[in-house]
Amino acid sequence: MSAQTKQFCTFFLEGHYFGVPVQQVQEVLRYQEMTEVPLVSSVVRGLINLRGQIITAVDLRRQLGMTDRPEKQKPMNVIMRTADGAFSLLVDEIGDVIEVEDNTFEPPPDTLQGMAKGMLRGVHKLPNRLLLILDSERTAKLSDAEA
Amino acid sequence: MMESNGDNQIVQEFLIESYENLDNLERELVTLESHPDDMKALASIFRMIHTIKGTCGFLGFGKLEKVAHVGESLLSRLRDGELKLTPEMTTALLKTADAIRQMLSSIEANGNEGERNDQELIATLTRMQYAKNVTPPNPPELPIAAGKPLDEGLLEPEVTPEDPARNATAYVEPASDHAVATSSIEPVAHPVAGKSQASESTIRVDVGLLDKLMNLVGELVLARNQILQFTNSLGHNGLLATGQRLNLIATELQEGVMKTRMQPIGNVWTKFPRTVRDVATHCGKLVRIEMEGRETELDKTIIEAIKDPLMHMVRNAVDHGVERPEARRAAGKAEEGRLLLRAYHEGGQVNIEISDDGAGIDCARLRAKAIKRGLITAEQAERMSDRESVNLIFHPGLSTAEQISNVSGRGVGMDVVRTNIEKIGGTVDVSSAPGLGTTVRMKIPLTLAIIPALIVTSARGRYAIPQVSLLELLRLKAGEASSKIEQVQGSHVYRLRGRLLPLVYLDRELKRCPEKDSAAGAHKAVNIVVLQADDRQFGLVVDEINDTEEIVVKPLGKQIKSVSTFAGATIMGDGKVALILDVLGLAQRAHVVGEVRERSAVEDADRAAKKEAEQARQTLLLIQEAHGERMAIPLSLIARLEEFNRDAVERAGGQEVVQYRGHILPLMRIAEYLGKHRNGSAVKSHAAATTTGSGSGTAGAEPEKLQVVVFRQGEKNVGLVVHRILDIVEEKIVLEHPSHDEGIHGSAVVQNKVTDLLDIEDLLQREMDEELVGAGDRR
Repeated sequence: MSAQTKQFCTFFLEGHYFGVPVQQVQEVLRYQEMTEVPLVSSVVRGLINLRGQIITAVDLRRQLGMTDRPEKQKPMNVIMRTADGAFSLLVDEIGDVIEVEDNTFEPPPDTLQGMAKGMLRGVHKLPNRLLLILDSERTAKLSDAEA
Repeated sequence: MMESNGDNQIVQEFLIESYENLDNLERELVTLESHPDDMKALASIFRMIHTIKGTCGFLGFGKLEKVAHVGESLLSRLRDGELKLTPEMTTALLKTADAIRQMLSSIEANGNEGERNDQELIATLTRMQYAKNVTPPNPPELPIAAGKPLDEGLLEPEVTPEDPARNATAYVEPASDHAVATSSIEPVAHPVAGKSQASESTIRVDVGLLDKLMNLVGELVLARNQILQFTNSLGHNGLLATGQRLNLIATELQEGVMKTRMQPIGNVWTKFPRTVRDVATHCGKLVRIEMEGRETELDKTIIEAIKDPLMHMVRNAVDHGVERPEARRAAGKAEEGRLLLRAYHEGGQVNIEISDDGAGIDCARLRAKAIKRGLITAEQAERMSDRESVNLIFHPGLSTAEQISNVSGRGVGMDVVRTNIEKIGGTVDVSSAPGLGTTVRMKIPLTLAIIPALIVTSARGRYAIPQVSLLELLRLKAGEASSKIEQVQGSHVYRLRGRLLPLVYLDRELKRCPEKDSAAGAHKAVNIVVLQADDRQFGLVVDEINDTEEIVVKPLGKQIKSVSTFAGATIMGDGKVALILDVLGLAQRAHVVGEVRERSAVEDADRAAKKEAEQARQTLLLIQEAHGERMAIPLSLIARLEEFNRDAVERAGGQEVVQYRGHILPLMRIAEYLGKHRNGSAVKSHAAATTTGSGSGTAGAEPEKLQVVVFRQGEKNVGLVVHRILDIVEEKIVLEHPSHDEGIHGSAVVQNKVTDLLDIEDLLQREMDEELVGAGDRR
């Protein structure tokens, strides 16, 4: 208990290991049926009914400029809590909640280009891999370029 | 004393109760004025002000108590028949109510009564109290008014026996009896007594809690719908019976919870007698207000939403509708105008009517004006029925009042009323008979949370269309469609009872489907939903019309909110989400798309262009400067147009200002402003000097009246003095000469003349900056 630690809810996207602060996550759900929304950014995959609350599902792959997941692979929902209400991040697979030490943190590398750069808060160096920390505020916003 | 929680709660309750009392008090006062013998009204007014006084004394709000006390003393003499109510007294008592209200809001905001000086009001009230009663009072002769030091005579009026007026009255006892009783013991006893009268069987509930309940009931209704679907498909007997019971209970619960949020519309109307009285007095008119159906109930949120539009229309009716007494006499009508407010339920909606028996709207003049303003063409005007022309008053920028008054008539009003009413799913309609009067009729939904809607399917998606905008449903049989649907330059139309109904294809609008070959579509039946958006009708072509359903409106997340085509979303019986179409947004979208398609074929460019086109169409205020330059200001930025007398302009801190609605309004002169920026800011001091000199070189001899455009910048108002206001136009603005000058966006052709488009934001910002710089300079 010497170093400061933080807890992250983790998930996978195209094999990359991502995390968001666990306090910001309301819940994690398996695939939910979605209602498509015409005329909006393609990042918005649809609306889901979360116990009567209507939640916008944002496809994180598209948001980060990755290729679409194969048709058959159903995305999972990470429901995020924000000041403007909840929204869902669609991810490939859910990982564990892990605790990491603050001193393993580093800002995103300068060489990182494109959309992903603005959305990454930084990287935690874990023993065997890197944990990419998402800026959840930014992911909630739709970039105009995409719209 | 105010620190503990318990006290805070007492203050809160006191505030709520006092506001309510004040509302009633104002209403009763105006009633009392027309029926001076209504002892019941008088008694209830007295009781209300007494309760306020008592409680605030108990809570230690001394100033408030003082004002309430003198009001009460006057009322007590009125009640005991020693004085007769005069209009001056009513005004003074209404002012008392105002003062109390202001102090209450100050208490609400800051916990104290605020810096106020009500000595004058108190003096007036005291003077009236000692005036001789039966004959009309003659204020100037009374020695008390000015002479008596205030602190002595006011709080304890009964200790001034030397007062001659008082000696003249016969009934000393009853009056002093009351005044004495109010001094110390009563305040504690009375709030309790006052409360117990009405509130034994009612409790106050936080609106937030009711909202939450409403939401939960909405959920329950949805869950019930889902369960009913399951039970029906399972066919288990026990389950079916239970499902049915659940159905009944949920329905009743829904109704019950809806009822808790209902309020009689009379709650809003209570303010109107006062408004009518004030406006009428101000315009020198006589107007009587009558109300029917004040118990008609509406959802609280809707009541809130229609409050201001109603107020606006009532003011309008008094200001413009009802004629002056002379004119009325000449027209053979009673001198006193009549304003009737009516509310009643009809077909799941509430109808509200505001009618006056005034001069009515002059359709011909309205049309002429609309043509002059370029809102309609002469041919259009010719084809217009009187009914259609009357509805022109909802156009932004039209006001028929010859004389623009303080109260209303700047043409920035009725359109706002309509927008606000339509925002909550209501409609407004005006009818008018020349010489007989005008009636404004509104249809308002009962509640916003649960609305009836038509469910349609298009391109495999389900959409809900609010029933309020639904006119009728049409179905063209397969094979019929190709002959019945005709084309005008690429846009589809259908002849509906002899009139062309433009058709909008939902799937295409939503870009859900590659453009269908119209030949392939011709083999299927066509379903058309006829919708009303604004004053236009259009047919929405959908794949399937499913059913009507009561839906619970849910807000959309912020990622989607910007799409004006959707008003919200709802959860269907099967648990899936369906989008609610915003008919107006859809119509706007469809309309613009039609225009853009002719211009460009490329989909992506089309989208950008549309965005631009939407922005480009603006309503503008045209003004003219002394040297004939024409300039335009977007109407949306303007708070009001005002006219001030030249001599109303004062100077403060090296700047011209006028007093405006109780605040100081700084004035900017447009010509100088632009002038100095065109010559570079080095000339600033010179320009400032010119300002100080006289009216400047702007106009040589300046007109008596200053035309001022008022802008709102945050909490502050800024007035822009212009030479002349020309017109209000709605035009598509194409900036031809982007300007490098500060304060000007560029030039465009408006009404066939070159016009500079002012950059108001920049201007206001500069005004702010200048103030700071100016403050430094002077030192």
